[in-house]
Amino acid sequence: MRSSDCDIVIAGVGGQGVILISDVIGRAAVKAGLPVRGAETHGMAQRGGSVVNHTRINCRYSPMVAEGGADLLLALEPVEALRHAHFLAPGGTALVNTAPVLPVTVTTGKFAYPPLEKVLSPLQRIGTVRAFNATELAASAGTVQAMNVVMLGALSRYIPITEEAILAALAQVVPEKHLKVNLRAFELGKAEVD
Amino acid sequence: MKEYLLGNAAIARGILESGAGLVAGYPGTPSSEIIETLSPLAGQRRMHVEWSVNEKVALEVAIGASWANARSVATMKHVGLNVASDPFMTLAYLGVGAGLVVITADDPYCHSSQNEQDSRRYAQFAGVPCLEPADPQEAKDMTVYAFELSERLNLPVMLRPTTRVSHARSDVETGQLPALAASNAGFTRDPSCRVALPVHVRPLHKRLIAKQETIDKELSSAPWNRLVCRADTGIIASGISGLYAEEALKDLELDYSLLRIGTTPAPSGLLTEMLEHCRRILVVEELEPVLEDQVALLARKVRPDLDLHGKSLVPRAGELDLGLVRNSISALAGLPAREPIVIPEKDILPPRPPALCPGCSHRATYQAMIKAFGKDAVFPSDIGCYTMGVGMGTVETCLCMGASISVATGIRFGGDERPICCTLGDSTFLHSGLTGLLNAAYNGARLTVTILDNSTTAMTGHQPHPGTGRTATGQESCPVSLEDVARALGAGLVETVDPYDLDRAVEVFRKARDFSGLSVVIARQSCVISARRQGVRRQPLQVTDACVGCQVCLNFGCPAIEWTGETASINTLCTGCGVCAMVCPSGSIKEVVR
Repeated sequence: MRSSDCDIVIAGVGGQGVILISDVIGRAAVKAGLPVRGAETHGMAQRGGSVVNHTRINCRYSPMVAEGGADLLLALEPVEALRHAHFLAPGGTALVNTAPVLPVTVTTGKFAYPPLEKVLSPLQRIGTVRAFNATELAASAGTVQAMNVVMLGALSRYIPITEEAILAALAQVVPEKHLKVNLRAFELGKAEVD
Repeated sequence: MKEYLLGNAAIARGILESGAGLVAGYPGTPSSEIIETLSPLAGQRRMHVEWSVNEKVALEVAIGASWANARSVATMKHVGLNVASDPFMTLAYLGVGAGLVVITADDPYCHSSQNEQDSRRYAQFAGVPCLEPADPQEAKDMTVYAFELSERLNLPVMLRPTTRVSHARSDVETGQLPALAASNAGFTRDPSCRVALPVHVRPLHKRLIAKQETIDKELSSAPWNRLVCRADTGIIASGISGLYAEEALKDLELDYSLLRIGTTPAPSGLLTEMLEHCRRILVVEELEPVLEDQVALLARKVRPDLDLHGKSLVPRAGELDLGLVRNSISALAGLPAREPIVIPEKDILPPRPPALCPGCSHRATYQAMIKAFGKDAVFPSDIGCYTMGVGMGTVETCLCMGASISVATGIRFGGDERPICCTLGDSTFLHSGLTGLLNAAYNGARLTVTILDNSTTAMTGHQPHPGTGRTATGQESCPVSLEDVARALGAGLVETVDPYDLDRAVEVFRKARDFSGLSVVIARQSCVISARRQGVRRQPLQVTDACVGCQVCLNFGCPAIEWTGETASINTLCTGCGVCAMVCPSGSIKEVVR
């Protein structure tokens, strides 16, 4: 018996804008009249570390998605997709930005950054993977900063909330002067998975 | 109206709905957003909101306001209550004026903390009730209730959210804000319950003990404790664990009875009802067996044959989640545990620990310290962003806020003759390093204290402090001079240096090392995050063809410096601090020429 309509895990690196994505989904869910739960990473881990958010749509329980329970894994960075792969439900979908952000353990030469196919293969074993370079798409929309909104656009095709509600929520959280670029980024992300 | 609110913003909303007149706190994850939500609203709600210099001061300020008949709040993280425990314990004897809520945000799993102590034990210790919200809606509603309860009991009330409540978001139904009324605040003289003299506190202690029965009666009608009777096996779960248990029971399709508890103590009437109905019970709670102990004691009277389980099946360390609680309930039911999902390919994952930011001045200060003091010196440190410099070898102790100086003093007088250079941040120094410095000077400790002054409380989200000359609500205030304070407390040598000027910093640290008494070095440079927000842009750097691949710059550990396989290179994260160019032995790092 399901405890929510859609369980989402959003993974990335501190500073990539993970919180904005879950904030938009949450606000959109409230607009749609659905109970929604989210859990965020704040504090110490944010300083360039690995961050993860959980978001559960039409859910009245805790905000935490169980292992193997995420219908959707949205990864803003490839190795972060693998780091949180245990959350992906069998048959679930992973949306992965293929542009790496090198951790300090790699830049200092202590660890190697693994090749993309090795990162994605366990996810492909569990479910469906849609991988694309969202950072490039954001750049073509006007700024690499909008990479998170490219990913949100892609995610919007998979969640049980109308695009109208999502865009209304996006307009609430993005400063007006940046809205046009972000709407372009959203469209590019959406088109990528259509 | 429903809003999508962060747990801490929901608590802030509850404070507004309660018409509080004063909120004081010290930043600490996961509690900081409560004051950050309220500070922009302070003026329009005619409320005093402050970042106090530490949690003890915050609670004392809140107590004063309560005694002056204004509803008040002291907010902090769990370990902050250790600092505030002195006023907290005696406050329970003396009682409140207007309602007083002490918010202590607990951090099971130590996401951002030095320990995972359970604040419910403090509530028990002091004899005050504790409310434990399961989600942001309850956090908001309990805050409103906490003020009323505090006034009915004439006691402070503790609100204890955890990380997964404070930093959760959900749809929250908000209530009305009260109309702004003229203040009727004013201190009422009553030495019998405001002056903690032995002659006064002896009867007050008896009154506090007698109040425990009143607390139990009050909480018996609290809406946060809910019993659903089904089978004669049951679960009692507190706070967010109640949500995990409810979902686990649904998932496992078990028809167990469920008692969800949101208060410490749990009301004895409801517990008795549960015990009379169930012959087998599992208590699910995060951290300490507070509820389990209460059930065990009650069962002796009510149901001596109770088959009681708790910490035997539920972990006592770390935070719980659905998977852990489901497995604990499965164990009770004799069902197989679900195995953790293992993904062998995770072996290839490079770790991504949190790190000092690219261009962070603390890295430069540490570099200069190592160069001046040598690797054999002792480097006690403290709590803040700079603790993440542990990999550089300059963070050899970290205990609690402000401890670096006193621990360094003890290392010296304990008999270690090597050079000692301890570090702590500007906010940490003003929080509780002042007394340590005074003590070191008074007792004649020979050591160097480095204040890593980035002019903000960076780790918790850039809150102002007395050194910044700005208050929580953005009012200008007198900026405290760290140099003057250090001299006044008795430091014999006080020097200020810009750590980006590495050679000069090394020179100053050598002078401090050779000084025969207590020296203080103030390493002052803005936090790179605040500098960027203020529009500071410096010319980035690049590695030239002269690079010989010696890797000295890589060992410096800035995330903007990468190894290409043969030489170093500088990526787009570079903030232009220029320190790597001074570190490079071959002079191969230069500013990018436009």
